[in-house]
Amino acid sequence: MTQVTSGVGHHVDASTLLLEAAHVTMRFGGLTAVNDVSLNVHAGEIFGLIGPNGAGKTTFFNCLTGLYKPTSGEVRFAGAVLPPQPRLVVRAGMARTFQNIRLFHNMTALENVMVGMYSRTKTNAIDAVFRLPRHRREEKESTERARELLDFVGLTGAADMLSRNLPYGDQRRLEIARALATDPKLLLLDEPTAGMNPQETRQAEELIFKIRDLGLAVLVIEHDMRFIFNLCDRVACLVRGAVLVEGVGAVVQNDPRVIEAYIGAPAEELPAPQVGQPGANPGEGIADA
Amino acid sequence: MELFFQQLINGLSLGALYALIAVGYTVVYGIVQLINFAHGEIFMVGAFGAFGTWMILGQPKDWSVAASLFILLPLMLLGGIVTSVAVALLTERFAYRPLRNAPRLAPLITAIGVSVFLQEFVRLFYGRIPGFPDAKSAIAFPAIPGISGESIQVGGVLIQMPAVFTIGALAVSTVFLWYFVNRTKTGRAMIATSQDADTARLMGIDVDKVIVAAFGVGAGLAAIAGVAHGLSYGNIDFRMGFLAGLKAFTAAVLGGIGNINGAVVGGLVLGIVEAMATTFIPGQFGSSAWKDVWAFVLLILVLVFRPQGLLGAKVVDRA
Repeated sequence: MTQVTSGVGHHVDASTLLLEAAHVTMRFGGLTAVNDVSLNVHAGEIFGLIGPNGAGKTTFFNCLTGLYKPTSGEVRFAGAVLPPQPRLVVRAGMARTFQNIRLFHNMTALENVMVGMYSRTKTNAIDAVFRLPRHRREEKESTERARELLDFVGLTGAADMLSRNLPYGDQRRLEIARALATDPKLLLLDEPTAGMNPQETRQAEELIFKIRDLGLAVLVIEHDMRFIFNLCDRVACLVRGAVLVEGVGAVVQNDPRVIEAYIGAPAEELPAPQVGQPGANPGEGIADA
Repeated sequence: MELFFQQLINGLSLGALYALIAVGYTVVYGIVQLINFAHGEIFMVGAFGAFGTWMILGQPKDWSVAASLFILLPLMLLGGIVTSVAVALLTERFAYRPLRNAPRLAPLITAIGVSVFLQEFVRLFYGRIPGFPDAKSAIAFPAIPGISGESIQVGGVLIQMPAVFTIGALAVSTVFLWYFVNRTKTGRAMIATSQDADTARLMGIDVDKVIVAAFGVGAGLAAIAGVAHGLSYGNIDFRMGFLAGLKAFTAAVLGGIGNINGAVVGGLVLGIVEAMATTFIPGQFGSSAWKDVWAFVLLILVLVFRPQGLLGAKVVDRA
């Protein structure tokens, strides 16, 4: 593979089905965290996953990325069944970030990104021990590529800083750079704007558009309604483990069931809140309550 | 003053031996949180592997100094390393890997079992290999011309060549180790795994491979220590791994377990303290019979006043 030097972009045919989750169910003992969820994500699209706390969004992510093996159902990626093993999922072309930032805290930003390249480089310990030219060349290429990715997410000056010393927003961007380093076709973002101020949120939005423009598909979990409806081509709302509504942003946004799931049934005489309008952002009040 | 420097050299030599073994404890602990109590036996097996290589080469006794230093010794080191790494990887595969998700006590007890198994295995079967000496008691380690029995005089300090070999081996190994950990992708994967194994998996790292690499690196260094021990003390013994392993474990804890630099520093500090204690503590408490006491007193003091070890960072909860 030559992806290490070839840029993040892939050839995109927007009609291609990339991720097909079919009837995914995840039970923990008597608790059904994800109940018969079916979702399709196409190449090059931004897909949003919303839902109140405890709806099973992160559990669903964990099923996709091989951290959990679904109780039943099947996940296919680019036509093949995904193996329930995180490192093979990464190899297949799916990468993720975390709701709680999980960087390697005692490594520099650059090293964090280079760890992400592990599965895309070929040299092994033998090459390294004997310092074969192949190893030296690949190290050099990996370093350059990691710097490009840091530039891409806007962390140009932070390469040699320990990741735990980076500001919060930068840590989130570094997680995205590290995920991009695995050269994914689909990027899963778990609440990428949690804890961000409006300006950082806007920057995150721009970054996700930039990533989509490279030809990647993005599946994003969010609570911030304005953010998600600005960003996403299609949105699914997950409630109590099951898909309540799925469709283009405007449809989901105005679906009374979605509004009800978030803020309860509106009283008869009150107008339904205008989701996505400035000043009326039901997601924010509920997020991470 | 001459006595001080003499003991400093002796301490450094002993400490370098501990440090070479301690790295294996600390690297494995950093990645799988297992105190591999069989690691002392990996060191012992390395010494026997080197000895076996010498036997297979036809017990060369009258090679020239150059041939001994540049052919015989490297071959013996290689033989020792191959034996140790092979044994370490087998124990990892068949004793520890099946217990990867078991409670932490299970692999710990297994490690003690592996330790006893390896000692007894060498004791009972080494002599069964055709032509090999019986290993039920100590075996004389072959003398390498140019090292064994040789020494150099610097001022009033006598430096034994085996000590030079041991300290040099540690220096070279440390440089290689630093390069491996910081400048190769397997090394980076090791650090990443030691910080957060689940996230490492989600970044595409094959954690099983990383664990194998950790066991392999530790075993290789232990084998070098095994040869250094043979050269320094002139004999090897199936029991030699027990106390050496315990001391090296102490060194790893002293430096901060999980921290590679800490293992090196801890080993050297421990060796120097032992050497100094036997010389500068007056009366019967300074006799060599007491040196192990001082080594473990040091461990207790460090654990009381600096539980994270000399170089170990305080463990911080993840956000």
